[in-house]
Amino acid sequence: MHSDSGIQDETQLTVEQAIANLQGEDLGLRVYAAWWLGRFRVDVPEAIDVLMAALEDEDDRTDAGGYPLRRNAARALGKLGDRRAVPSLLHALSCSDFYVREAAAQSLEMLGDPAGIPQLIELLHDRVAGTQPASEPPRLVQPFDAILEALGTLGAVEAIPDIQPFLDHFVPRVQFAAARAMYQLSDPEMARPYGDRLIQALSHDDLQLRRAVLADLGAIGYLSAAEAISQTLAENSLKLISLKGLLEKQLLLASPPDLSPGALKVMEIMDELL
Amino acid sequence: MAESLSSLIRAVEAADSAPLLTEAVQNLAAAREAEAIPVLIAALSYNNPGAAVAAVEGLIHLGEPAVPALIEQLDLHNYTARAWAIRALAGIGDPRGLVTLLGVATADFSLSVRRAAARGLGMMKWHWFPAELLEIAQEEVLEALLFVAQQDDEWIVRYAAVVGLQALASAVTTTYPAWRSQIQAQLDQMATQDPSAAVRARVWLAQQQLRVGAATPKVTDTSSPLTPTDWQVILEGLYRRKGQERLVLAEGDPRRYHELAVAIAQNTDQP
Repeated sequence: MHSDSGIQDETQLTVEQAIANLQGEDLGLRVYAAWWLGRFRVDVPEAIDVLMAALEDEDDRTDAGGYPLRRNAARALGKLGDRRAVPSLLHALSCSDFYVREAAAQSLEMLGDPAGIPQLIELLHDRVAGTQPASEPPRLVQPFDAILEALGTLGAVEAIPDIQPFLDHFVPRVQFAAARAMYQLSDPEMARPYGDRLIQALSHDDLQLRRAVLADLGAIGYLSAAEAISQTLAENSLKLISLKGLLEKQLLLASPPDLSPGALKVMEIMDELL
Repeated sequence: MAESLSSLIRAVEAADSAPLLTEAVQNLAAAREAEAIPVLIAALSYNNPGAAVAAVEGLIHLGEPAVPALIEQLDLHNYTARAWAIRALAGIGDPRGLVTLLGVATADFSLSVRRAAARGLGMMKWHWFPAELLEIAQEEVLEALLFVAQQDDEWIVRYAAVVGLQALASAVTTTYPAWRSQIQAQLDQMATQDPSAAVRARVWLAQQQLRVGAATPKVTDTSSPLTPTDWQVILEGLYRRKGQERLVLAEGDPRRYHELAVAIAQNTDQP
């Protein structure tokens, strides 16, 4: 319908076109192409190359000085699963734009490369020069939740003393991210209190927060949370994704096609939520 | 109307925040009163997921008396309310929802609707069906669930299809053993091939339970409340489906884009 104006809708975008758009003049097409490559997990080497280059973009700026293209590129690189992107993402951790740093921390977590741990700890202490706070309230100076979650997933036990103070952070979301990381980094017998803290958070008044905690519990696969997850006031879709995290952890405890008692219990609960 | 019920309804009407509304709808749903049906149905369109989940649960428990009002809801143009109504219908398993569930299980835009429909198709109240309709209805359900189990991109929809297929396999064990074998062959394949570990696990559970012949739920409501006209409408709906080319995905369906993207990516991989 817009074929003569050079505007494509997503049905017509191809990998070649998206890669070309990402290097083209049109800022709108560039930022969309970066999102598109991540959304459809186009993990061809050329896509990784152009996305890494987009992390250095200076053309696309918001009035407040943000870098929309860099944000989308950082998010996409996490989804594409190529560790070649790690050095570029580490560099993006010192970007002035809060949301670029947040996306970079999340993507480093997804790529699972522990090389970024020292820099994530530096950022947690807000010791990286030139970084601007978030533009939205509560205007956090750093994306603490993303950093804490990355440290937990990357197994950064050396960061435990740095993480602990965030259990009392004034923003609940950050507290929960710290509890999630502490659960992942603690010895199993010491981890329960952190999991239980997340269970309590499932009855928080704020729906957004309950949704976030469902994701946290799924990420740590805390079996004792199964009932509480099913009772949470939130969409069944999100509860089911959370329970899937519990189930996957249980599947590691038996050899297929045997199922642990925990796995049977989780599936019984999931069946009721369909 | 009992005093307590009117006060529960007033609490829903007076709720002025999302948490209060959720709580009020939960309390009303827990009362299990048929007179609450219109208020619970209205709660499906409040754009409050907590309240809608509670209302759906309440409507499922009320069962058959809620079906006519839910079917009315399907014709309205509020997409969210329609999706919740389909989920309630799926949970009730009333045959009047069958044709709708068949349609949405394979083609709805929303994965939560496809998911609920896939499970609901397996949980139909088959014992209500007149003999002449049972075969064609179960065959349609079998085809739809096999399609969903093989083709849906979302792990949770395939998971729900496995739950539905397990229930259907139990229901047809003595009547149509060939269909049961077809379901088992599908499960055998998914047990190792499905990309999602959670789906594979649910397949293993289904295989175990089918092997030991897990009890089908007890039938308590043996006589169907459906009228001959209801059955006529269902039959017409089923025949209409038979005549249609199934699963022509709409232009706007995101799965189309997905397939497209995969096809393109594969082409690009070639030197």
